[in-house]
Amino acid sequence: MTPTSLNESLMTPTNVAAVTEPIDDRADAPAEVVFAVRDGAVDYGPNRAVDGVTLDIASREITAIIGPSGCGKSTFLRCLNRMNDFIPGAKVSGAINYYGEDLYGPKVDAAEVRRRIGMVFQRPNPFPKSIFDNVAYGPRINRYQGDLPELVESALTRAALWDEVKDKLKKSAFALSGGQQQRLCIARALAVSPDVILMDEPCSALDPIATSRIEDLMVALKRDYTIVIVTHNMQQAARVSDRTAFFTTDVDESGGRTGRLVEFDRTNTIFTSPSDSRTEGYITGRFG
Amino acid sequence: MTAVFPRPSITQSTASPWRRTKSALMTSALALALVVAAVPLVLIIAYVLAKGWSSVTTPGWFSGDIPILSRSEGPGMGPAITGTLMITGAATAMAVPLGLLGGIYLNEYSAGSRYGKVIRFFADVMTGVPSIVMGLFVFVIWVLSFGLSAFAGALALGCLMLPIVIRTSEEMLKLVPSELRESAYALGGRKAGTIIRVVLPAAAPGIISGALLAVARAAGETAPLIFTIGFVNQANTSLFNDPNTALSTQIFKNANSVFPGPVARAWGAALTLIGIVFVFTILARIASALLARKHQP
Repeated sequence: MTPTSLNESLMTPTNVAAVTEPIDDRADAPAEVVFAVRDGAVDYGPNRAVDGVTLDIASREITAIIGPSGCGKSTFLRCLNRMNDFIPGAKVSGAINYYGEDLYGPKVDAAEVRRRIGMVFQRPNPFPKSIFDNVAYGPRINRYQGDLPELVESALTRAALWDEVKDKLKKSAFALSGGQQQRLCIARALAVSPDVILMDEPCSALDPIATSRIEDLMVALKRDYTIVIVTHNMQQAARVSDRTAFFTTDVDESGGRTGRLVEFDRTNTIFTSPSDSRTEGYITGRFG
Repeated sequence: MTAVFPRPSITQSTASPWRRTKSALMTSALALALVVAAVPLVLIIAYVLAKGWSSVTTPGWFSGDIPILSRSEGPGMGPAITGTLMITGAATAMAVPLGLLGGIYLNEYSAGSRYGKVIRFFADVMTGVPSIVMGLFVFVIWVLSFGLSAFAGALALGCLMLPIVIRTSEEMLKLVPSELRESAYALGGRKAGTIIRVVLPAAAPGIISGALLAVARAAGETAPLIFTIGFVNQANTSLFNDPNTALSTQIFKNANSVFPGPVARAWGAALTLIGIVFVFTILARIASALLARKHQP
């Protein structure tokens, strides 16, 4: 399933980037690569926030990004749907390909990128609108022509929230509990039919019961969507993800902190036999 | 075996008795400060009510013309009420949309730009400019060429309102959490659409309050109107032609008189003006509360 080109509407030659050869020649290499990142780096003004990220994110899997605070996990995640565009002074370098196309190519429409690559944030952030209007917001701004109530129902159903809210769609989204609000945000992201969902610590503001519901939901959603999740919670990464990337922070002599990818592998491998001693130290709780 | 220590009762505070006394004293002092601050306000309203009530309740006060012979007694403030509503309305229609757009530019588009900083600085300076200077400015650029009119007064009041609206809209937009903008962008939203559909509705209650503050201030301004609208005794509903009149300038003119008739009219006009501002305030409060409550739990 390769979606239509990001450049399609612009009627220009696609800007297929040079890097397409796989980094992984093992048997469990992903069948289909959604994001191919080669030497990805982010600078905030003079500081390099993330450096040297090379990894492939597989289609319809859950990829977890773990690591100590300040290691650039969220910064890296926000590169994948160009959310860093809004941060003044942020600059992304290296190659980030999305289905073979350069995500930062000159002809790429960043708003279209964000429609295809949805995002769920750390704190539930519904709009100050009704539950229905929250889910309908994305389809409306993308000029959805079909049956809006039906789409809203299906998005809420996929986000496992429909039964809880079907009788109060006109109520304010703020009337929901934190966990329900986060599932509403997931439904809102699903309503624009993305193919990737990025989740930036989606459970860190939730209690364990709500967390477990979101985790069940993620596992259910990966049949249809590619999910990348940043998490502080290693048990969560171990529970839900197929592959795990471990980031850490290097401090240079002038005190500048740069996040780096240490290891990227099957989650099972990362948690049972990591090849890097820093990964082992982190997952066994010796630092970070 | 653990030693048993005597556990003092929680009613036995280790703080000195003086602490409680100090607390009581300070609380009373603060309450007293509130009363002192409210005294002038209450006195003004009570005094204006007492002095102006008989004028306002005389039949013909709201509709009648202002007596041509200024020392004659009796009612009539209709032209000034019409003028105040027209002038303030026209000033609002000019200043609020422009100021809102300015506030949007400053907060959403000018991030870190030198131009934005310059605009913000001059808006701040303009807030402090005495209102009579605005009147003088409009006198020079408009009245000298086109004559006295309600529109000239509206221009002067608009100049006064503009910086207030710009700065309050900017502050209100600043309070909208960036997560809200980001979540709209994450759904494929573009900047203009996100501002219109997400940011502005979230900031609307505050923006309305800010705009109302500006309207209330403009409605009571006298100095900039004296030499931009002039004085008339009959209602002039034309915005652009011929002199007009307003409650504030009528208060100024009539209160300067030594005769009881005009003085009574000045009190009546003062009460009417307070009433108009009061009604506007209530209406805006209701509007902003409705907007704010619309999607609260």
